[in-house]
Amino acid sequence: MQKRKERVDRGIKARSNDVFALSSWREMLYLAAPRLLPIVGLLLLSVVLSYYWQRVLLSVSVFALLAISWDILAQSGMVSLGQALFFGTGAYLAGNMNHYFGWPPYLTIPLATIFGGVLCTLFLIPVLRLRGIYFSMVTLVLPLMLVRIIEATRIFGGTEGFSGLDPLPNKWVEMYLIITVLLTALFGLRRLMNSDYGLVLKGINDNDRSVMNAGINIYWFKIQALFIASALGAFAGAFMTHVYMFVGMPVFALDYSILPIAAAVVGGIGTLAGSMLGAFILVPLSEILRGLGGLRIVFYGLFLVVFTVAIPGGIFHYIQRKYHQFERWVEVE
Amino acid sequence: MRTSPLLNVSGLYKNFGGVQAIAGLNFEIAKGELLGIIGPNGSGKTTAVNLITGFVKPTEGEIHYRGKNITGRPPYKIVRLGIARTFQMVKPFYQLPAYKNMIIPLYSPRVKQITGGKYGDRDAVALDLLEEVGFERDSFVAYKVASVLPQGYLKRLELAKAIALQPDLIILDELFSGLSLAEVASIVPIIEKLRQQGKTIIMIEHRLKELFRIADRVIVLNYGQKIADGKAADVINSPEVKNAYLGSE
Repeated sequence: MQKRKERVDRGIKARSNDVFALSSWREMLYLAAPRLLPIVGLLLLSVVLSYYWQRVLLSVSVFALLAISWDILAQSGMVSLGQALFFGTGAYLAGNMNHYFGWPPYLTIPLATIFGGVLCTLFLIPVLRLRGIYFSMVTLVLPLMLVRIIEATRIFGGTEGFSGLDPLPNKWVEMYLIITVLLTALFGLRRLMNSDYGLVLKGINDNDRSVMNAGINIYWFKIQALFIASALGAFAGAFMTHVYMFVGMPVFALDYSILPIAAAVVGGIGTLAGSMLGAFILVPLSEILRGLGGLRIVFYGLFLVVFTVAIPGGIFHYIQRKYHQFERWVEVE
Repeated sequence: MRTSPLLNVSGLYKNFGGVQAIAGLNFEIAKGELLGIIGPNGSGKTTAVNLITGFVKPTEGEIHYRGKNITGRPPYKIVRLGIARTFQMVKPFYQLPAYKNMIIPLYSPRVKQITGGKYGDRDAVALDLLEEVGFERDSFVAYKVASVLPQGYLKRLELAKAIALQPDLIILDELFSGLSLAEVASIVPIIEKLRQQGKTIIMIEHRLKELFRIADRVIVLNYGQKIADGKAADVINSPEVKNAYLGSE
């Protein structure tokens, strides 16, 4: 007798679908739990962690932002290999404003976010017509080019960069600023991507000619998505500049491009929450493995391979499925 | 006095490298007319559609719509003027459910312009439109992801997406190809209903029998040129057409 696995929605999923969710606490909790988990989790982590791990949490959140930014672009049909462009542009903008004009972080960070977004969008507008790997190649090359320009022309502090920049007031401001931005980005952008506007972006990824044929200017939509994504990345860069009180060529490093992609792949592409979850797994993992010295990268790589093979859709999709559905074996007739 | 045509194509040329896909095409279509375009494979039918809808820019020649020169304008601008098309190779959003596929045209500036932004719930409008083209309201089919829908439904979805744009001119690129006789028979009334609403329709078809039953006028393309133009019965009997389709002797 052959059997196959059948997936069925849990009763509670159907019951909590509409206004009926208000009929019981259990249903309300079922809806609220996935949303409360990241909020409560992050707030708890921020107080229980040791100083060292609090610093790791900052870095995790920054990578989570970059991964969300990558995911937005990927969902809009633009596979970026150069999140470092956004991160580095934001970082250098904030650094320059602070170094040359002495503007404080509460001015430089928002300005770098907006102008970083505008600048990166302008950089990429000429290549928006490219699709797939052709677009990716350009995004990969741009940050590497910028590093060499800074190195060769010695602008923006050259190879030394700027150090001694103004810090944020204290570690709590740092932590809650990044946590607030991360959660706002996660929930706000998830909402956006589930709206009709987000549907158009996903449509561009799925079939751009069909979106054109619906009378929609896909380049204008791509520009908007690009701005959202690059502003997020630029914020992360500007934030880290003031946390490290330093900006230099490492902000264009390949780590900032590749790690967000790995996070999105491990966590699950297309949900934003998955990308964030991936960052929350990969970055701490890399810290834990630090004790292994030279073999760190080997184990890290092994972990990545095992994970992507075992749960190809990403962890978040897996958890989501388990949460909403149960599985049972049924006989095949 | 003769009214000016809705669409006027004059002296159109398109070369793809050394291949001349369209070679001096002229035709016009009056408001409310149903024009059939037929021709052997590779005769330039789809290229003609791509040129009119802006997906391809002509090498030479002009296209006028309502007296306005629309040559070389991008597709999204042409849609906004009221020209919608379907694709021969269906282009649904495969990852989205059928009714969500409809949201994207409903979101377009063209629809907003006509309805003044007041269309109510887009999902409800989408389901209404899908019902019009034959997605049964009481079934799950409108909620299924496009990638699992059979070809017949994908063609209907393609048609519904064009209708959603509330166009004045609809260009149907081989809508009937890949459909069973029963499916074609069920779509013909939808097209007739569009005509009653005063829409102008261009149909590119290989299913000549069905086309001839509903077309007012048929033009025949061969090697990118118009070789016949007239009523269906006259066209099919002209020696040039027989020659193009069947080969000489």
